[in-house]
Amino acid sequence: MEAVTAVSGSAYPWGAKNVDTDVIIPAHWLKTISRQGMGRGAFETVRKDPANLFDDPRYAGSPILIAGDNFGCGSSREHAAWALGDMGVQAVIAPSFSDIFSGNAVKNGIVPVVLPQEAVDRLLEVAKDHPVTVDLETMTVTTPFQDRFVFELDPFRRDCLMRGLDEIGLTLARDTAISKYESAVEETRPWL
Amino acid sequence: MASRPRTLYEKIWDDHVVERRDDGTCLIYIDRHLVHEVTSPQAFEGLRAAGRRVRRPDLTLAVPDHNLPTTPRLDADGRRLPIADPESAQQLAALEANTAEFGIRYIDAVAPEQGIVHVVGPEQGFTLPGTTLVCGDSHTSAHGALGALAFGIGTSEVEHVLATQTLLLQQAKTMEVRVDGTLGFGVYAKDVVLAIIGRIGAAGGTGHVIEYTGDVIRAMSVEGRLTVSNMSIEGGARAGLIAPDETTYAYLRGRPMAPAGEVWDKALAWWRGLPSDPGARYDRTVTLAASDIAPSLTWGTSPEDVVAVTGRVPDPDSFADPAKREAARKSLDYMGLTPGTAMQDVAVEHIFIGSCTNSRIEDLRAAAAVARGRHVASGVRQALVVPGSGLVKRQAEAEGLDRIFTEAGFEWREPGCSMCLAMNPDKVPPGERCASTSNRNFVGRQGPGARTHLVSPASAAAAAIAGRLADVRDYVKEGAEI
Ligand code: SF4
Repeated sequence: MEAVTAVSGSAYPWGAKNVDTDVIIPAHWLKTISRQGMGRGAFETVRKDPANLFDDPRYAGSPILIAGDNFGCGSSREHAAWALGDMGVQAVIAPSFSDIFSGNAVKNGIVPVVLPQEAVDRLLEVAKDHPVTVDLETMTVTTPFQDRFVFELDPFRRDCLMRGLDEIGLTLARDTAISKYESAVEETRPWL
Repeated sequence: MASRPRTLYEKIWDDHVVERRDDGTCLIYIDRHLVHEVTSPQAFEGLRAAGRRVRRPDLTLAVPDHNLPTTPRLDADGRRLPIADPESAQQLAALEANTAEFGIRYIDAVAPEQGIVHVVGPEQGFTLPGTTLVCGDSHTSAHGALGALAFGIGTSEVEHVLATQTLLLQQAKTMEVRVDGTLGFGVYAKDVVLAIIGRIGAAGGTGHVIEYTGDVIRAMSVEGRLTVSNMSIEGGARAGLIAPDETTYAYLRGRPMAPAGEVWDKALAWWRGLPSDPGARYDRTVTLAASDIAPSLTWGTSPEDVVAVTGRVPDPDSFADPAKREAARKSLDYMGLTPGTAMQDVAVEHIFIGSCTNSRIEDLRAAAAVARGRHVASGVRQALVVPGSGLVKRQAEAEGLDRIFTEAGFEWREPGCSMCLAMNPDKVPPGERCASTSNRNFVGRQGPGARTHLVSPASAAAAAIAGRLADVRDYVKEGAEI
């Protein structure tokens, strides 16, 4: 995974609430055995509307998406994160995310930025015509108008994003502790 | 630590901590891992690319369900019929090849035990109280019905569990959802969970693990509990939990993968210590009265859009929150509904009885009790009954339920996810309406442009007979055997 320290540029000023992963990537795109090329199916149903945001030349290729409450709810499909990544999105700003989606996002180098609704409303306004910056170093979202919103992310996730860490490699290094746990369980809970 | 009263969740969490990191994250051991064809190929591919092995193939169980067509799988001579869609066929073949390569137990598409992962796990006794159980599928929350800490994971996490049998997690907050009293006639587990989601909202449980408590949950069968816990994720909670009790133990005893003999007794002694201690504190508690819960259904495109079957399509202007108003307007437009319409005046063209929420034997019995001796209305184009597993199917056939359904004009299918999601040939055509016992009424979930109303199995059967959304209490007599 590539390290990410900051994401800067235009942002899709979307703001929709309860965007589920069926909307991000419909199920028929899941019949693949690869991680690639998922961007073609991203927001397929939304894109049926000719006036949709994602095909608006002003926002094409934006690295940031601004959404409403409960972004990424529904299915656990990591294909949603792959689809966003494939269309170039590196950060999503919303008042809240589903737990599974935010985990999937981080594992694919996408920053889930949680900000209060008022801050999101302001950013939706600014992003119509101006760029937005998400900075993991300072944990802020800024605009060309001196807006400065501080967000939080748990330190481990932040570290993984900023250093592009391979989580599996890290855990495999804890092999001794895992084996010790397994032997203890064999004693106390043999039915497992 | 032992002196502080702990919740069921805290006990399971504490029992599974391999290591606690300085930043508060814990390395948590995973006891059981279920795998299906859709979210696993990229994980196996990742293992292969990195030259990694599966740490504990013995703790993993794989079964195909999402892609599998529900039409017959064998021809008259017992030969396997090919799967028409090449992409589905490829994904199913990949699961078979990957499980063989990595030495994982695999239930074949034509095995009698095949079914939806979340039906198979409990049915086989693979799901046990006090365990951690994961699957690359958000409705893994279902298994919490047996007192397992069970939750859905993404494909990177599937790979992480395969390689290490652990996950790096942060402890969630706890939320108690208590349902007190006794359910009224015609009100089922599905109505209970719809009422809960209607109350807390689709994001209400975010960051929390829900524990369901109260008389109503205690009185429920394991099958009903599975329905409730299954939909925890629709209320935003990654996991739901129900304390194990005598009902749970009676359900598990003798299941093929459950412990037996002396080990059973040891396990039972451990399980009895799991329920939340008196005085244990939850971060939040929500209470519902059973007497307030009617047969329920959804009107919109979020599972929180719940109304009693006797209710009407709401007016978007009636919502205080402007975002909700806007969402409701969009939903009604998609659903083709006019505010103020009585729900029971809404005609349906499709019926789906199935999915990991409602495809177990009790669900089929409840639906059959309504369908018995009646016929599907002429306006209904397709009415599907899809058992959750091969074993459920056999049991239903032994009880003659298949004949009740087919004589009433329903189609009786092979087990799988079917019309719950538009990945296999069972789909609702654009603009058509379905009374469905599944768990998601999202835009396009049952097919592009499909309109979904979530209901209980008995209500789905009533809708099939009426050709409209219907009140099941008009179709079964109180006191009659259901
Ligand atoms: S039945 Fe539906 S919700 Fe359940 S596992 Fe299958 S697709 Fe997912």
